[in-house]
Amino acid sequence: MSVLRRVFSRDHKVIGLQYLFLSLVAVTIGIVLSLLMRFHLVWPMAHLPFVAGGIMAPEQYLALVTMHGTLMVFFVLTTAPQSAFGNYFLPIQIGAPDMAFPTLNMLSFWLTLAAFLCALAAFVVPGGAPISGWTAYPPLSGLGEVTGPGEGIGQTLWLVSVLIFCFASLLGSINFITTTIDMRAPGMTLMRMPLTVWAWFVTAILSLLALAVLLAGGILLLLDRSAGTSFFLPAGLVANGELQARAGGSPLLWQHLFWFFGHPEVYIAILPGMGVVSHVLANFSRKPVFGYRAMALALCAIGFMGFLVWGHHMFVSGMNPYSSLAFSALTLSIGVPSAIKTFNWLGTLWGGKIQFHTPMLFAIGFVSFFVSGGLSGIFLAQPALDTVLHATYYVVGHFHLVMGVASIFGIFCATYYWYPKMFGRQMDETLGKLHFWLTFVGVYCIFMPMHFVGIAGGIRRYADSSGAAYLAGLQPLHSFMTFAAFITSAAQLIFFYNFFRSLKKGARAAENPWSATTLEWITSSPPPHDNFGGHFPSVHRGPYEYSVPGAAQDFLPQHLAPQEAGRVSEEPQSGK
Amino acid sequence: MANSAFTESLPLGDGRSGNGGASSGNGGWGRESSGAAGVPQRAYTTGMMIALGGIMMFFLALVSAWVVRGGLASSNSQPLNVPRILWLNTAILLGSSFALLRSRRCLRAQQEDGFRHWWSVTAILGVMFLCGQVIAWRQLAAAGVFLATNPSSSFFYVFTAAHGLHLLGGIAALLAVAFRTTRRVPRTAAVGVVAIYWHAMDALWLFLFLFFMIVKWT
Amino acid sequence: MARRERGSTAPALLLAILLTLLVVATVYVFVARLFPAPPPITSAALLVDRQNDVTLYVTGAIFVLAQLGLAFAVFRFRDRGQRARFSHGNALLEALWISLTLILFLGLGFLGRKAWADVRFTPADPGAVQIEVTTNQFVYNFRYPGPDGKFGRLDASLVNAPAGNPLGIDPNDPAGRDDIVVPTLTVPVDRPVELLLRSQDVIHNFFVRELRLQQDSVPGMVIPVHFTANRIGHYEIVCTQLCGLGHNKMHSMLNVVSESDYESFLRIQAAAQGLVQ
Repeated sequence: MSVLRRVFSRDHKVIGLQYLFLSLVAVTIGIVLSLLMRFHLVWPMAHLPFVAGGIMAPEQYLALVTMHGTLMVFFVLTTAPQSAFGNYFLPIQIGAPDMAFPTLNMLSFWLTLAAFLCALAAFVVPGGAPISGWTAYPPLSGLGEVTGPGEGIGQTLWLVSVLIFCFASLLGSINFITTTIDMRAPGMTLMRMPLTVWAWFVTAILSLLALAVLLAGGILLLLDRSAGTSFFLPAGLVANGELQARAGGSPLLWQHLFWFFGHPEVYIAILPGMGVVSHVLANFSRKPVFGYRAMALALCAIGFMGFLVWGHHMFVSGMNPYSSLAFSALTLSIGVPSAIKTFNWLGTLWGGKIQFHTPMLFAIGFVSFFVSGGLSGIFLAQPALDTVLHATYYVVGHFHLVMGVASIFGIFCATYYWYPKMFGRQMDETLGKLHFWLTFVGVYCIFMPMHFVGIAGGIRRYADSSGAAYLAGLQPLHSFMTFAAFITSAAQLIFFYNFFRSLKKGARAAENPWSATTLEWITSSPPPHDNFGGHFPSVHRGPYEYSVPGAAQDFLPQHLAPQEAGRVSEEPQSGK
Repeated sequence: MANSAFTESLPLGDGRSGNGGASSGNGGWGRESSGAAGVPQRAYTTGMMIALGGIMMFFLALVSAWVVRGGLASSNSQPLNVPRILWLNTAILLGSSFALLRSRRCLRAQQEDGFRHWWSVTAILGVMFLCGQVIAWRQLAAAGVFLATNPSSSFFYVFTAAHGLHLLGGIAALLAVAFRTTRRVPRTAAVGVVAIYWHAMDALWLFLFLFFMIVKWT
Repeated sequence: MARRERGSTAPALLLAILLTLLVVATVYVFVARLFPAPPPITSAALLVDRQNDVTLYVTGAIFVLAQLGLAFAVFRFRDRGQRARFSHGNALLEALWISLTLILFLGLGFLGRKAWADVRFTPADPGAVQIEVTTNQFVYNFRYPGPDGKFGRLDASLVNAPAGNPLGIDPNDPAGRDDIVVPTLTVPVDRPVELLLRSQDVIHNFFVRELRLQQDSVPGMVIPVHFTANRIGHYEIVCTQLCGLGHNKMHSMLNVVSESDYESFLRIQAAAQGLVQ
């Protein structure tokens, strides 16, 4: 096959890997940005060799904040769990040869890459990257350079990147949803789909609806910046001493549009991870998922309710205080399906036969982080308490625990779990375990203290602590977190080394190294182009039939016909 | 590998058919009615409905922005004098939908000429609609009403531009079907989804037009 | 039946130990109040703190139970050659758990409604001291209406900080002649105060930890908040809404003073304005 055809492949597996590598590059850059931030918070006056002027200026710090958030949320957390693993494994897990619209799929990736490059370009243009955070509230982001450095072309590039990303995402969602609805193998009813497929399906619906709204809002913001409109800009603005000729817009309107997207976005970031964790916990406890139906329904409930709670980001924004109570009640309610999932994960482990392979360690870690991060959300869900915690490090700790840790652990879990299938090789278990232990301890050391900083009044997006006297007392916590951040980031090198080394040097992987039940494990590692070499499976049972009493082995693959199940022990199985 | 549970054909779909044994029935979507290898024809319809869901969400966001904005007191809000040519444009677009229905009826009756004739009429009326929209813009510009003039004008331009762009996409799709460039997708499927899209854009326009009028009259 | 060790005890034990350490460390930090918020200075703030404590107990209990439950489960059910229990779930337990969490979470919200309502639903006392807060990159300006009790008209086109008119007070409006504009906020103790938050350029924020109160100031809006401080002292005001490169330097002071000190403050400022004008 020619190089061009390989690069612009329409094979969902290649596209999935392309997304995976894109997210690996993005996460590396994102981590470097965060290390620069953490360094600056402890040594704000340090001379840095690559910074113009020697000492990092506050606007440079804010540019790091903005781009770290943007790259991580869009190009890591939205890309890896859904676009990378979902693209690779959704068709295989439902017994299909590819996605419904392979050309559209290919387009989605290249548009996402274009968006990524556009975002990176903001670093190198005059004025630098924007300083308005990944949330880009106008008027700060809506008036151009007059509000600060980076708000000129940097902000425009950022906005264009986001708009391209939205469009790419919409195309991807069409594929995921259509494929799940129309291309399932015979016998694979909705209630026999792996929970990973459920998660990708619900996430795609969220993506479809949420990114469409961001696209609309983003276009309006772009017009405000470049066409003189006033969607978000009120009259009488005096920026940098200059009266602005705008009239009648509402900054709050942006917040509503943005967070209507922004809240489902965080569920887009976590739902696939939840699916993988359920999947992996069952596999390595050798037990069915506890309450499969409730788990599937909980995914749907979280997805649906995720659209109703955006106002909890706006309790102190100037929004109607009565709406705040409504949003609060809905936000607290969304804790219920989340609690169901946590309870059921524990239930899956309970009575199991737990095997601590690396993917399982990350799955267990996910549960711990989701508990911690989810519970801290209960404070933020109440407006009276949020009034104290809003925009403090408490919020930063909360969302990092759920997104920057739990979701990332979902990605690690998926990587270790599916690596043998994708690359035909095993990752090194010892290195994997070392990576886990260091990261598990490390991230708790980085992000738990953030809650304490926040409760004491430490404010987020502050370039340093020199502005308010009371912040000095929190510096020891910052030092501790920075120290932990550097060590934990170094530990990720173990993962990268393991990942790339095992591509060539890893032990050859069998078809089903984890003795798993779902359809991706019945084909070769890696799978052939049409996923099943012409022998497409039918499905005869649910996805997590482990340790079925009376069966010869402790797992019953989904595709085995009932009369085959009894004869399983006679067939040479490619197992552990 | 135990292959009595496998089947060589691709009876893919909603998973209902086939619960045991080899080569279970194709469940109604055999080779003739599938698109690209393994893609059942109905997937194209599903895909288009999903895409329309996203598109409608996009316009819904713009509409709610407009409603919120409309509720704000502002020094420069004035209702827009919607150019009267919009009535004609609306009629033209409505006509194009009827032309499209006509062409599909011809296709079902296997009248190739009739199909091509009315399909072309649809495209031509679509182009005329877009020209009419551009004329409306020029009329507004001549009256000194531009994108940034006031909130109503901003939204008017945004809505008509967004809708126009989507309709342009629809025209491109009409042409693609007419000139048989969609080789991987069977024609019946392509005609079906383009028709859904076109009618949806027509309905969307009717809704937006009604909205302009209601805002103007209240 | 002999139970074969399958190398799972080490990781299971380590996980259990780490999770237990997590619980102990976290609980300790909270119980020992290692990094406390400063004491509240209004009764409304006290309500907030009480609600915070209730939430802490509930979520703390769930945190401890869940993390220790996880620790126990991974250790107790580590692979020692046993057979896993085949179970698809337990509808009764499921229903119980759903009901419990629903009641707990919504209950918390219900309990906390007064802490929000008191501050946000009830308007300020009619006799409250009204002070206008104007934010812009990167300063706070506080305007008092002066002896006439009326704020002068503002005009954005008149804003000229270097010339001494940072708020754009219209010189032709007599009500504005006695307005007092100062960079720090001075209020009398035990008297209701109403702040009218405005912003000139981008979204800023007004936050005082001891008041347990923060509010964004949004261009194009005038947003009222009110409080009654019950302790004399000096408290820091910070901006929490990202507003540009000077965001972390945007700072002022809330001075809660005795009634007589407040009167002196007003008199001195009025005199100073008279001199300036």
